[in-house]
Amino acid sequence: MTTTRPELLRVEGITKAYPGVVANSDVSFAISEGEIHALLGENGAGKSTMVKMIYGLVRPDTGTMTLRGAAYQPAKPAEARRLGVAMVFQHFSLFEALNVAENVALGMENPPPMRELAARIRAVSEEYGLPLDPSRMVGDLSAGERQRVEIIRCLLQDPKLLIMDEPTSVLTPQEVEILFKTLRQLSSEGTAILYISHKLEEIKSLCDEATILRRGKVVATCTPRERTAREMAELMVGTALKTPERRQGQKGEVALGVSDLSAASPIPFGTSLKGVSFTVAKGEVLGIAGVAGNGQDELLLALSGELKAAADKVRVAGNAVGDLGPVERRKAGLVAAPEDRYGHAAAPDMSLVENAFLTAGVRKGLTKNGFVDWAGTRAFAEEIIKAYDVRTPGPDVAARALSGGNLQKFLMGRELMQGAAVIVINQPTWGVDAAAAAQIRQSILDRAGEGAAVVVISQDLDELLEVSDTFAVLNEGRLTKPRPTEGLTMDEIGLMMGGAHGMEVAHHVQA
Amino acid sequence: MFRLEKRPTPSKFWLYATPPVAVILTMIAGGILFAAMGKNPFEVIRTIFWDPVFGEFAFYLRGQLLVKAGPLILIAIGLALGFRAGIWNIGAEGQYIMGAIFGAAVGLAVFPTENRLIFPVMVIAGAFGGWLWAMIPAILKTRFNTNEILVSLMLVYVAETILAKASTGFLKNPEGMGFPGSRNFSSYPAAQNGFIYEPLGLHWGGVAALVTGVLAYILLTRHQAGFQIKLAGQAPRAARFHGVSPARLVVLCMGISGALAGLAGLFEVTGPAGQISIDFNTGYGFTAIIVAFLGRLNPLGIVLAGFLMALTYVGGEMASTNLGLPDAAIQVFQGMLLFFLLAVDVLTNYRFRLPFSVGAK
Amino acid sequence: MDLGGINPVILIATLMASAVPILLAALGETVVERAGVLNLGVEGMMVIGALGGFIVAVQTGSPVMGFIGGAVAGAVLSLIFAALTQVFLANQVATGLALTLFGLGVSSLGGQGYNGIKPPPTGQLLPDVLADLPVVGPILFGHDWVVYFSILMTAVLWWVLKSTRIGLIIRAVGESHEAAHALGYKVNRIRLMCIAFGGAMAGMGGAYVSLARVPQWVDGITAGAGWIALAIVVFASWKPWRVLIGAYLFGGITVLQLNLQVAGSIIPVEYLSMAPYLITILVLVIMSAGRKGKVNGAPAALGQNFHASR
Repeated sequence: MTTTRPELLRVEGITKAYPGVVANSDVSFAISEGEIHALLGENGAGKSTMVKMIYGLVRPDTGTMTLRGAAYQPAKPAEARRLGVAMVFQHFSLFEALNVAENVALGMENPPPMRELAARIRAVSEEYGLPLDPSRMVGDLSAGERQRVEIIRCLLQDPKLLIMDEPTSVLTPQEVEILFKTLRQLSSEGTAILYISHKLEEIKSLCDEATILRRGKVVATCTPRERTAREMAELMVGTALKTPERRQGQKGEVALGVSDLSAASPIPFGTSLKGVSFTVAKGEVLGIAGVAGNGQDELLLALSGELKAAADKVRVAGNAVGDLGPVERRKAGLVAAPEDRYGHAAAPDMSLVENAFLTAGVRKGLTKNGFVDWAGTRAFAEEIIKAYDVRTPGPDVAARALSGGNLQKFLMGRELMQGAAVIVINQPTWGVDAAAAAQIRQSILDRAGEGAAVVVISQDLDELLEVSDTFAVLNEGRLTKPRPTEGLTMDEIGLMMGGAHGMEVAHHVQA
Repeated sequence: MFRLEKRPTPSKFWLYATPPVAVILTMIAGGILFAAMGKNPFEVIRTIFWDPVFGEFAFYLRGQLLVKAGPLILIAIGLALGFRAGIWNIGAEGQYIMGAIFGAAVGLAVFPTENRLIFPVMVIAGAFGGWLWAMIPAILKTRFNTNEILVSLMLVYVAETILAKASTGFLKNPEGMGFPGSRNFSSYPAAQNGFIYEPLGLHWGGVAALVTGVLAYILLTRHQAGFQIKLAGQAPRAARFHGVSPARLVVLCMGISGALAGLAGLFEVTGPAGQISIDFNTGYGFTAIIVAFLGRLNPLGIVLAGFLMALTYVGGEMASTNLGLPDAAIQVFQGMLLFFLLAVDVLTNYRFRLPFSVGAK
Repeated sequence: MDLGGINPVILIATLMASAVPILLAALGETVVERAGVLNLGVEGMMVIGALGGFIVAVQTGSPVMGFIGGAVAGAVLSLIFAALTQVFLANQVATGLALTLFGLGVSSLGGQGYNGIKPPPTGQLLPDVLADLPVVGPILFGHDWVVYFSILMTAVLWWVLKSTRIGLIIRAVGESHEAAHALGYKVNRIRLMCIAFGGAMAGMGGAYVSLARVPQWVDGITAGAGWIALAIVVFASWKPWRVLIGAYLFGGITVLQLNLQVAGSIIPVEYLSMAPYLITILVLVIMSAGRKGKVNGAPAALGQNFHASR
């Protein structure tokens, strides 16, 4: 059925280079009206740059685009929108302190007066089963609801082509189903969808065609339904991937105990923790899932010591550490790795040596009378670089000069190589290429095999199912009771994650 | 138009090249300004930058350099520690005044006792006065999250009124025949900050400035507290993750800069200024902000920058007496220097590219 | 009806006029900060505006031209700040301080030869019939046009920020420059225009000092009014009507302490003249207390520079 539809967008020979990186090289593909077309590739393959060119945010160096037969060279997003191209962003396109209607208005060329706009938002949101209150502050919305704001903003402009950048990374499995229903409805109405993802099962179930990018080049075009996920994965990554091996260690006594931990969020529009309790034994990996913004950052802060509580709320090897700061907690044997590499886990403008000192100073004994042992710190940084295969010219370059994957390997190495009894990691492989991700997961499992108690907080369910022995979900600041990972089904996980947020009404209508 | 492109690693070359380039650009722009005022630009620039060091009166003026540079360096080093940590104390002028008043008050209280301990106690009192004045914005920031920039600045105006009150009231010279101003320390040897080596203009303030420069350099490069200061300024969340308490850092940095400004005030009032008077302060607290940036917030750089800025003061006075250049022109000149410095600084972290030279392979 | 030698009607009427410089400057800075830019150079822009306005008024003989000249002078100076922070990505705090130091220097250099001259007067706008009415006359009708203009600007800015598309875009840029950029808004260009507007308002506020309040030229004539304007923006939680209230409160305190000085109060003159600064600190403490990490109306991107990398 795909062949009969008229062509909507054709991309031919697009090349875009940045200093030191060629983001896209001679990329060509075509999308028909009403087609759901996947742009598939791992992190850094050039998917985002490609769609930014289609949306007019970035200009290609060479190559041409045609939209419905006419030359298409949007100089700015407003022009793209005027010609019927709309985009739902993965991050960074909503304003937390503004309300839904204002956010929608900012993405439109000629928005109607606010009252009329609010009415239209309500109408469209009902039509597509995406309930949304136009007067609510976006900062108070869940991740899934925020995405609805973006989708509705696009739909109000009657797009011919809707670009979606990694839309499911912020959704629960149930919310994903609802989104797919909406997308299929749009497709049947003739709207083409360019769907960017690296999740193969999703693409198999949703997309008509797929263009696979690797290192900026098109390596294959295929019909996802006719390929296995494994075949596409190998096209995408270029090599066959090993799944991490689990060394079965002995489960020991409890190393980390958290009981009834509540904490107000220090982050604007953050989620407070409400009565979180769990224990992790030596050699055990506890996976904590949940959609972004349900208290993951706060849980990490509360465990690392950046957010303090009553002493007995957090125990490391039986010692109460809840009222201690990060330094004392590291001394007690707990290390933590926050999600944000640029500015939280690492200081981007500082060298790798300085970043090694950032957390390893305490446990590695790198200070004497308050003076820093820079030679010792450099040796430790070099050790990490070697052990974790960090690609860098040397330990003196600024952290920001490393690619995301390499910096993450360095930061993981920094925490994992301190010989701590308890390790807490938030999003160990976020934005990291597949090879580095596999390596990081393997090293987490190795440390658990050596007897460390590990907590992995992640939004990637596949990752958690791969590494964790026990599994729990953070939902609106509450943690479900941890359960053994073995035997859990996707449906069960979805329900633990709270099903579809704010969808109760629509659910009834559709069911 | 050009485009800016972030460098992967900060440029070492531009880190050091920025201040000289800014100085040269300022000389060019300043020359244009002086020419517009009907002066011979070359003559003015020579009078400011060359004559004080190598000219006819250099034997005297060279000494003046350290006299002016000392307080600038002392204050700027304290400010730089705070600026590095993202703590903006811009009320050093007030802390400088309060240090002078506290120190002078101690000395005047025991007049005319002669005792070796008097001057050291005055030094401590001066540092304490500046520290105390800086603690007001520090505590308000840590307790109430009040903006330290505005509070420290408001306190300059308050300190100036206290100074006026001191010189016409509680510290007024009882034998001054009604004129405002305190007793002159030049006639009170126990409390006087005299020259240790006059040809170089070296008094205790200069010693303190140079020693502080070295100590601050060691603190920043070798000590954990220095690392924490830099970290807090560059990545505040990473600093908290490292285990720095933001409140403690505010108290530490404000305290150091306040105490150093207070010291500078004390050395000035007991030495070159000689007495507490309504206008003994000459804006060193504000000029030190320029010095701190010109020295790239690096203590050793600040020592050099302090001398350069002192040169513009000493040379400026020369230009004022010999060529009739208004004092304000020097102030403009100093302001331009900071502008050029901030502008050229972009090259440390970014490079310029013209759109047609995009690096496609 | 005098209270301790102070007539409340005159007090209110005078405070409205004495608040004009900080009101105008603070309104301008409100727009600048709403767009996510912290320009600490208000004092410098005011003093340049004071001089520019004075010179133009004296040369042309027209006070209205003087105010326009002050606005232009302030805007031109603010463009230096805009270029440094928006093009060269310089630190906003440092650049703002530099702007103040530079502005003070330039004004004292350019002001030589203007000491002791009287500028053309800026008279009362409405006829005496109205201004002479008891009580309401001096308070409502006895002012020059700039007083009414400053109140009008408060209303206009409130409306623009709250209900217009331009206002929405300004707020959006100040909340998240990444998001605004992703939607195709030219973040740096929008900020540049806001900075120029802020400079014009500060310059006009400065011109009111030298043309109407003092009225003559003296070095450093603004005496910290720019810093107080900055404090009032915080006090007002970045809302125009609250800026008006803050400026009037502050104007009231200034006028009151001057009146007390004249009336020969028992409090020494020195302590009275430090009152405005101490009260500003007190107000800052009250407004900032208990707001740690909470939503307080401060634009989320305030003080951060934006560079579109990819």
